[in-house]
Amino acid sequence: MSDVLAVTEHRRGELRDVSLEMITAGRDLADQTGGDLHLAVISGDVDDYASQVNREGVDAIHTVEYGEEFNHDVYTQAIEQLYAEVDPQYLLAPNSVNGMDYAPAVAEGLSLPLVTDAVDLEADGGLTVTREQYGGKVETTIDVEEDHAAVTIRPAEWPVAEGDGDADVSAFDADIDESEIKSTVTGFEEVAGGDVDISEAEFLVSIGRGIDEEENLPLIEALVEATDATLSSSRPIVDNGWLPANRQVGQSGKVVTPDVYIAIGISGAVQHVAGMKGSDTIVAINTDPNAPIWDIADYGIEDDLFEVVPALIEEFGGEAPDI
Amino acid sequence: MKILVTVKEVAEVEDEFEISGGDIAQQYLEYDLNEWDDYAVEEAVQISEDVDDVEVVTATIGPERAEETIRMALAKGADRAIRVWDDEIESAGKLDVDTKAELLAGVVEEEDPDLVLTGVQAGDESNGATGVTLAEKIGFEWAAVVNQLDLDVEGGVANVHRELEGGVEELTEVESPAVLTIQSGINEPRYASLRGIRQAQSKPLDVQTLADVGLDAGDLESPLNQTDMYEPESEGDATVWSGDAEETAGELADFLRDKGVVEG
Repeated sequence: MSDVLAVTEHRRGELRDVSLEMITAGRDLADQTGGDLHLAVISGDVDDYASQVNREGVDAIHTVEYGEEFNHDVYTQAIEQLYAEVDPQYLLAPNSVNGMDYAPAVAEGLSLPLVTDAVDLEADGGLTVTREQYGGKVETTIDVEEDHAAVTIRPAEWPVAEGDGDADVSAFDADIDESEIKSTVTGFEEVAGGDVDISEAEFLVSIGRGIDEEENLPLIEALVEATDATLSSSRPIVDNGWLPANRQVGQSGKVVTPDVYIAIGISGAVQHVAGMKGSDTIVAINTDPNAPIWDIADYGIEDDLFEVVPALIEEFGGEAPDI
Repeated sequence: MKILVTVKEVAEVEDEFEISGGDIAQQYLEYDLNEWDDYAVEEAVQISEDVDDVEVVTATIGPERAEETIRMALAKGADRAIRVWDDEIESAGKLDVDTKAELLAGVVEEEDPDLVLTGVQAGDESNGATGVTLAEKIGFEWAAVVNQLDLDVEGGVANVHRELEGGVEELTEVESPAVLTIQSGINEPRYASLRGIRQAQSKPLDVQTLADVGLDAGDLESPLNQTDMYEPESEGDATVWSGDAEETAGELADFLRDKGVVEG
């Protein structure tokens, strides 16, 4: 009744970090409810994944051997059946791309209230979930006024669970109805690599929405040339077709770890930060003092990039183009 | 063939704002078409341009103010629009994912589309869950976070790419009817032309009430209650260089030289 069931995630033979982060979130929640932490491991080499997630604080691991890779029709059926068996109070799933593909369906199928993208959880009596809105400009607390709930948790928000565990590992014999599998994963594709690998660069000049228009790109290119930097960007620049996909830093792009990362006109949405927070030094150039980028910046200039960048180009003997 | 696109009017927040009564005060909000829904509209319109006999219908939950946003979608090529709202929805306050999906399910039941496109998420509340919840409610197949769509109309299959994390895409075949949640970057949304804007004024925009979509006030009750909203405390301790642009650029240049990443 007061247990927690968390669904782990893997892809192409590798366990994803969010599975270990979810153990931390799940253990903390189970401590508050006074229950056990159960994990679900579905598809692929379940025994291997089960041994990897058998960390301190995990009480039980349920493996569902069916298919190699994630398929939401399989996950939905398996989780709903496992939920009925374990009878937990709270169901946790990652707020990953795949989590977004099954968690709402599972919550609907089980008639559970769903709160997505949690950054904090508290179960003092009822469940209170903290989440962000308006692109991270505000946080809100959501009280769940029912005993049971499903929550998806934001990746990289909780530390990964450490320490060997001694969980009870058992195979769960899910009865998967194949006639209900109406989607088929046929393969994977890597985003085109191109000739530049931004994940190898030591000095990145990165641009975001703040550059306003494609016509302003030559200004940044002049800075890149004057400083011998590598050019990267946040998602909107790639979505607009101003730079190719191999330049994108973030959750859906590349993870970068340069010595210096200059974020120009980048607000610092969580999806972007996921890709660049490992930079040694982060410098922000941004007019908005409330932009989330300031939470992770080491240095910064709170000013208009169209004033600062030309001055910076001049510092290094370059010439800013007229834009 | 009929494609239903869910279109949301979202609130965008100015750089400086105040919170009042549990939400951002109205004067700091501007309303616009949800970015992800813009891509969904474009995808539907492109399909209608490539395939014969496709009708694109938009569905919106929102007050009269949202009609400006809806007209924008019509100007971009949608054929007609449905807006769901009445006094009871107005007084219910913020709607949770389940309630929104329930209202949209009522529209789907009436319209019986072959395909439903939604944005992956909305820029304001960012739940990212309405599309898949809707699919499960109406018994449609689905795919979330789609950044490429190739529709096989004859075969009743949508071949999609789902954008996973870390520059990897999953290739999936989905049987239709289906709900697809559309990721930004799948296409290049067009600007509404002046001609399109003029035409949009005469396209049908049907307003439906809670009763019209087969629900009553009891269906608006939510187990989720937003109890607080606040600006997150800044965890940052950035050294901010001050002065005019020449001075701050000079500080940054010195820093880059000291760090050894730039010579000269």
